[in-house]
Amino acid sequence: MSNPIPPTRISRADVAHLARLARLDVTEEEVDVFAGQLDVILGSVARVAEVAAADIAPTSHAVPLTNVVRPDVVVPSLPRAAILAGAPSVEDDKFRVPRILVDPA
Amino acid sequence: MTSGLREATGALTDLDAAAVAAAIADGQASAVEVTQAHLDRIAAIDGQLRAFLHVDAEGALAAAAAVDERHRAGEPLGPLAGVPLAMKDVVVTEGVPTTAGSKILQGWVPPYDATISARIKAAGVVMLGKTNMDEFAMGSSTENSAYFATRNPWDLDRIPGGSSGGSSAAVAAFEAPLAIGTDTGGSIRQPAAVTGIVGHKPTYGAVSRYGLIAFSSSLDQAGPLGRTVLDTALLHQVIAGHDPLDSTSIPQPGPDVVAAAREGARADLRGLRVGVVRELGGEGYQSGVLAAFDAAVEVLRGLGADVIEVSCPHFEYALAAYYLIAPSECSSNLARFDAVRYGLRVGDDGTRSLEEVMSATRKAGFGAEVKRRIMIGTYALSSGYYEAYYGQAQKVRTLIAGDFTSAFTRCDVLVSPTSPFVAFRVGERVADPMAMYVNDLCTLPASLAGTPAISVPCGLAADGSGDPTRLPVGLQVMAPALADDRCYRVAAAFEAARPEPTLPEPTLPEAAR
Amino acid sequence: MSAYDELLTRYQPVIGLETHVELGTASKMFCGCSTEFGAPPNTHTCPVCLGLPGALPVANADAIESTIRIGLALNCTIASWCRFARKNYFYPDMPKNFQTSQYDEPLCVDGYLDVEVNGALRRIGIERVHLEEDTGKNTHVGGATGRIHGADYSLVDFNRAGIPLVEIVTRPVPGLGAEAPAVARAYVAELRDILRTLGVSDVRMEQGSLRCDVNTSLAPVGATQWGTRTETKNVNSLRSVERAVRSEMLRQATLLDAGTRIVQETRHFSEATGDTRPGRSKEEATDYRYFPEPDLVPMAPDPAWVEALRVALPELPAARRARVRTELDLSPEDLLAVSNAGVTDLVLATVDAGAPAGEARNWWLGYLAQQANGRDVEAADLGVEPAQVARLIALVADGTLSAALARQAVDGVLETGADMDTVVAERGLAVVSDSGTLTEAADKAIAGNPDVAEKVRGGKLPAVGVLVGAVMKATRGQADAATVRQILLERLGAG
Repeated sequence: MSNPIPPTRISRADVAHLARLARLDVTEEEVDVFAGQLDVILGSVARVAEVAAADIAPTSHAVPLTNVVRPDVVVPSLPRAAILAGAPSVEDDKFRVPRILVDPA
Repeated sequence: MTSGLREATGALTDLDAAAVAAAIADGQASAVEVTQAHLDRIAAIDGQLRAFLHVDAEGALAAAAAVDERHRAGEPLGPLAGVPLAMKDVVVTEGVPTTAGSKILQGWVPPYDATISARIKAAGVVMLGKTNMDEFAMGSSTENSAYFATRNPWDLDRIPGGSSGGSSAAVAAFEAPLAIGTDTGGSIRQPAAVTGIVGHKPTYGAVSRYGLIAFSSSLDQAGPLGRTVLDTALLHQVIAGHDPLDSTSIPQPGPDVVAAAREGARADLRGLRVGVVRELGGEGYQSGVLAAFDAAVEVLRGLGADVIEVSCPHFEYALAAYYLIAPSECSSNLARFDAVRYGLRVGDDGTRSLEEVMSATRKAGFGAEVKRRIMIGTYALSSGYYEAYYGQAQKVRTLIAGDFTSAFTRCDVLVSPTSPFVAFRVGERVADPMAMYVNDLCTLPASLAGTPAISVPCGLAADGSGDPTRLPVGLQVMAPALADDRCYRVAAAFEAARPEPTLPEPTLPEAAR
Repeated sequence: MSAYDELLTRYQPVIGLETHVELGTASKMFCGCSTEFGAPPNTHTCPVCLGLPGALPVANADAIESTIRIGLALNCTIASWCRFARKNYFYPDMPKNFQTSQYDEPLCVDGYLDVEVNGALRRIGIERVHLEEDTGKNTHVGGATGRIHGADYSLVDFNRAGIPLVEIVTRPVPGLGAEAPAVARAYVAELRDILRTLGVSDVRMEQGSLRCDVNTSLAPVGATQWGTRTETKNVNSLRSVERAVRSEMLRQATLLDAGTRIVQETRHFSEATGDTRPGRSKEEATDYRYFPEPDLVPMAPDPAWVEALRVALPELPAARRARVRTELDLSPEDLLAVSNAGVTDLVLATVDAGAPAGEARNWWLGYLAQQANGRDVEAADLGVEPAQVARLIALVADGTLSAALARQAVDGVLETGADMDTVVAERGLAVVSDSGTLTEAADKAIAGNPDVAEKVRGGKLPAVGVLVGAVMKATRGQADAATVRQILLERLGAG
């Protein structure tokens, strides 16, 4: 067994942290529900560790392809009007967003 | 109780796709007449069935008129020209609203076409509208749609499968002869099985994913649904083929699945080696499902196939691997729904920060199942847990692919029931995620291995609860990667030989009900 | 002793650099949108680079090739198999809220770059060179001076989103002492020259196509463990790289002297003040949840192709400088002067075009340098090609042009952009060597200045200068003064 089965007790704090990472507001009630459900689900899926030995290569892609590329050729962009038409808020031909609190990583 | 929605009306809507195309080519019906008949059918019954999120009557009639115009001008028509189709709402359609069954995309009108959409248009296939689905294709019952639940035309109290439940219901109820679905863990095959129609999940990479709203990128694959194997193959042929816009698209031409379906219809499987997968049956499967499956295996034997039992020991880990891989990828794929460039924005009152608005929007825009999977995936990809969860799940994937490889040294195709259950009642399983997830037990291995699999109706069974209603059961036929033609050949042979037709034959014209 | 020198008696710095380079491909990394700089907002966008639902990436072949060439130029090992990964975090300039990057499988690893500072070579280890995509650009509205903090809201332009970006990461570099800031600068300068030589980027720091993050830490002299490092972002000129390291060393020394721990953090460099300021600290550590990008298949560069790329690399700046030393017949002082003026490549190219080294040096350090200074441009951007300068030197050598005429010819090239021969021909710039014309002019000068002529005849030879000047004036400077003098002396019987 290459990896121990990780602990799967999901606390309320874990749920709150995950929700923050995933940009999901959750109510207190939802935190409880999700904590219980995630516990059950993760407890059940943790069995993958039973069989996956160290010498087995992981499969990240279902097709055996490599080196799929496109030539460096410019193709026309979408018309700007079509792009901005779906936006929640637009100003000066840019996407307008509420104030940003955190600097980029 | 039966719905009455599956009985033939004697209208053009009774015809399968091949018959519709022939009628148009022969001048017996115009594409506009055919399209109007289906639109009328939708108008008459979709209030009960609720298969469609959006009906594009105007666009459909215009597309049909264009086919008729080309026909009048003597231009050659493709094999499905003028045939109506129901499109799963996860496929992006230029100018036609696309929501993936989610509130977060309510009102979004895409500025581009998926490759599938473009190919369907080019083939003269007439898109009637967009079908309901579990939100972002996460579910097995279509109850996770943010808009409404779709009903099974065999029994309106029951689910039509999922996530492509709108597509399966539309085809089974004669609202359209063809539909596009997508399958990540069984979302074409299970709905096809529980509504008594044919559905095929192609080899991963056979059909372009460009313009498919991603759920789990390494598993998602679009495919055809129809009432006959030949119809399904005809649609497969239209949508398959290399696409330079999808890096995972297979760069060689696929097999001729239409020829395979025609070949299969001769009902001769002599010399074909069929493997019955030991691990996909037994405990946890409804007895009626198992009985129908056993009978189907006997039919295959009667067609000359050599049937053996094979063991795929790692299939029992498929569910665990799937419910790590799919949520992990979806947690990343769905991050783009952030209230910046398109879709819903909630709570932007001028005081809240972007992060607050994003979080409020995603709370309001995503349903419970989507949130649950995003959180599982976020957890499984976290540093410290990645190797134990996502990394291990990918190794299980390798093991499952290995099981297929070794099984296919001994047989040409593998068979199993498509689903352990017949259609269950709306609301029956919504409270328990794990009870819902086991719907996918039989379909997950082929999804994880990227191999093709088809579901073909193989009989009717009651659900064992005492309700005497007999509901469709599906036979799943699995083949090696790139050998989609084997699925079609075997399914067509079975279809030709099965003793209990699950679909009514078209009868004489009567007034539409 | 300055505070800087003083801190070095107690602390030893370790630096590291992360450099982002926008590649000069025509189209973006994963879609066909143009990479052209300065287009109107959101006009170079499509479903892919806007992260519209359903869109999928396809990698740009030239971007991969350029990255491999950079890796080869930096003496890296090229991966035989590697994948893109998704780096997941939310930020509004990132359309998919993940960046397609590389994580534990970079295209190029384990290289080095030698840089020369004060005559000594310093080897900088290169940990990795990997390929990723750039983000869009935010502008902040309201609040103080367009900065993010205190802004009312922000506007996003995605033209830049998806432009191929190469990240070059050094290993930590210890043992530099007082030279740490200079070495940091020299590294970035050398890297810039290499990228320019490879032709993979326009490396314009002011336009953001070359961007630097500088890691700095201090440890007590003699300590066996390195100190806590800070990462300074927004360092966007060579001078700033040097200043950022120096100011961060000073800041950290002050804190350490006071017994304060250094916090591992991101800081921002201010061009205006020359010091660094803390970035806004995050409430929690970010977890990027990297995983292999399922929408892109692995890259497996064919070793034969990589070898062909290696063989085809152009002569890199260091090799060129070595060749300068052996091939330019210049004194060490002249070599240093040429190097300090940043015209080594120009001098060498001029020599390659057939000019003697001394003449090439004289022109590039002399009249051409003056002209560049006067126009406030780099000599390389002056608009006179080395081949033109070599031609100029040849025209002087064969007597077609005098030194003064040669300068006029340069002026003509700068004014018109035409080539040297065209300017010389069109402006009639050629030494008048026809003896008939010169004799006629000499006789006129003698006739017009009888007193002077008499003095010369009388043996006061230096007085002939007045007559030479008259002839030169009459021939609009196009005569060779020595020849004119000779003719005058002959006509006056004083030769």
